[in-house]
Amino acid sequence: MAAANASPAPASAQPMIAMRGVEKWYGDYKALTDINLTVASGEKIVLCGPSGSGKSTLIRCINHLEPYSAGEIRVDGTLLGDDRKTIDAVRREVGMVFQQFNLFPHLTVMQNCTLAPMRSRGLGKAQAEAVARRLLDRVKILDQADKFPAQLSGGQQQRVAIARALCMKPKVMLFDEPTSALDPEMVKEVLDTMISLAEDGMTMICVTHEMGFARQVADRVIFMAGGAIVEEGHPAEFFKAPKHERTRKFLGEILGH
Amino acid sequence: MGGNVGYQLDFSVVWDALPSLLWACLGTIGLAVSGMLLAIVIGVGGVMLRDSRFKPARWAVMAFVELIRNTPFLVQIFFIFFALPLIGLRLDPTPTAILALGINGGAYAIEIIRGGVQSIGKGQIEAGLALGLHKAQVFRLIVLKPALRAIFPSLTSQFVLLTLTTSVASAISAYELTSVAQQIESNTFRSFEVYGTITVFYLVMSWLLMRVFDQISRRYFSYPVK
Repeated sequence: MAAANASPAPASAQPMIAMRGVEKWYGDYKALTDINLTVASGEKIVLCGPSGSGKSTLIRCINHLEPYSAGEIRVDGTLLGDDRKTIDAVRREVGMVFQQFNLFPHLTVMQNCTLAPMRSRGLGKAQAEAVARRLLDRVKILDQADKFPAQLSGGQQQRVAIARALCMKPKVMLFDEPTSALDPEMVKEVLDTMISLAEDGMTMICVTHEMGFARQVADRVIFMAGGAIVEEGHPAEFFKAPKHERTRKFLGEILGH
Repeated sequence: MGGNVGYQLDFSVVWDALPSLLWACLGTIGLAVSGMLLAIVIGVGGVMLRDSRFKPARWAVMAFVELIRNTPFLVQIFFIFFALPLIGLRLDPTPTAILALGINGGAYAIEIIRGGVQSIGKGQIEAGLALGLHKAQVFRLIVLKPALRAIFPSLTSQFVLLTLTTSVASAISAYELTSVAQQIESNTFRSFEVYGTITVFYLVMSWLLMRVFDQISRRYFSYPVK
């Protein structure tokens, strides 16, 4: 695809994520078709498309929440196979933020953030808490550290979820419709957090319909339909001159043209 | 009633036997608490095996639950006490009672706890996995506490039932309240006074147990939810 060639050259020789010919089947239903996607270190990708187009499935394959059926996925050079060790190793390097936040209700904000670093990375409590304090401060919610998730607003919860993922010091962050479950007035605080993360050079793949965010942050916008990548390009071209009819139709609907 | 005309209540036998009845209450509480602890271990372990990838383990747990829940407790305790010695496993009455209570309570606890685990959203599990925790950690650190919170009232009533079921252990003369009461009754023929008294004792023990569970619930499951 011409648009793919126009994307910026990778910062390092080894891509952060390399998907080659990835397919995903649910029984007889083909959810992903021949996905080829290379993401360079530090690159920001926005994935969009109609519901059921496979964008969530795609990013969930990257941390093996969905096992893929064919093809190959490499994360920072590691081939993502079926053995637990490799999967756990990849998951430690890949942070994920979910639509429904999925904070642990029985743990305080602080405990949400220190659980995995202590249990999975083997950090001591003091060390894990120091990391958590720094990242909670960064998402501007350190003053709520001793509260439980149910005591926070949706936007606050999602910012905690971002901090929780960052506490593992991931190399990549996956966002699965992070603002879709939020009341409109809380969308901005989450997007601002994501923008600041992008500015700091994090490699990000975001499934989102926030096209303003895509324009501002994305190096590439990828449009999916029917489980396949239809079109991709730099946001300037992608929004100004989409090549495919399906892309035009989707953008028309979502941007209200 | 005609046959009992002239029966004079005489609580002096109960008064004389009070120390041994109170000690026997401790025996009952000991059986109940040990049985509950064993039931919790069996319950939590059983749920992990019940939902494991290893098929024979799943079947074994399902068969165990069906077997225990569909046979009388008295038969179970007799089987352990009288039948197992024939294949070389001989236990004293009290360990037999604890084992039987734990196995019986455990089978019910598996079903109850499993219901709680299934009430936990898939998103919680995925969030744990995505953070690099493995399956057993996700269960222990993320799923278990909210699951127990969800089913704690059911578990409480099951454990009150277990406490009352300790009286069945009198059938193998384990040291507990009912068997001690039976001895006193057979020596004094004061059935009304003796069984009336231990009825009140059981009531008080059940009530105390519910208070204890209430405190546990307040202490461990008091985090706010929406």
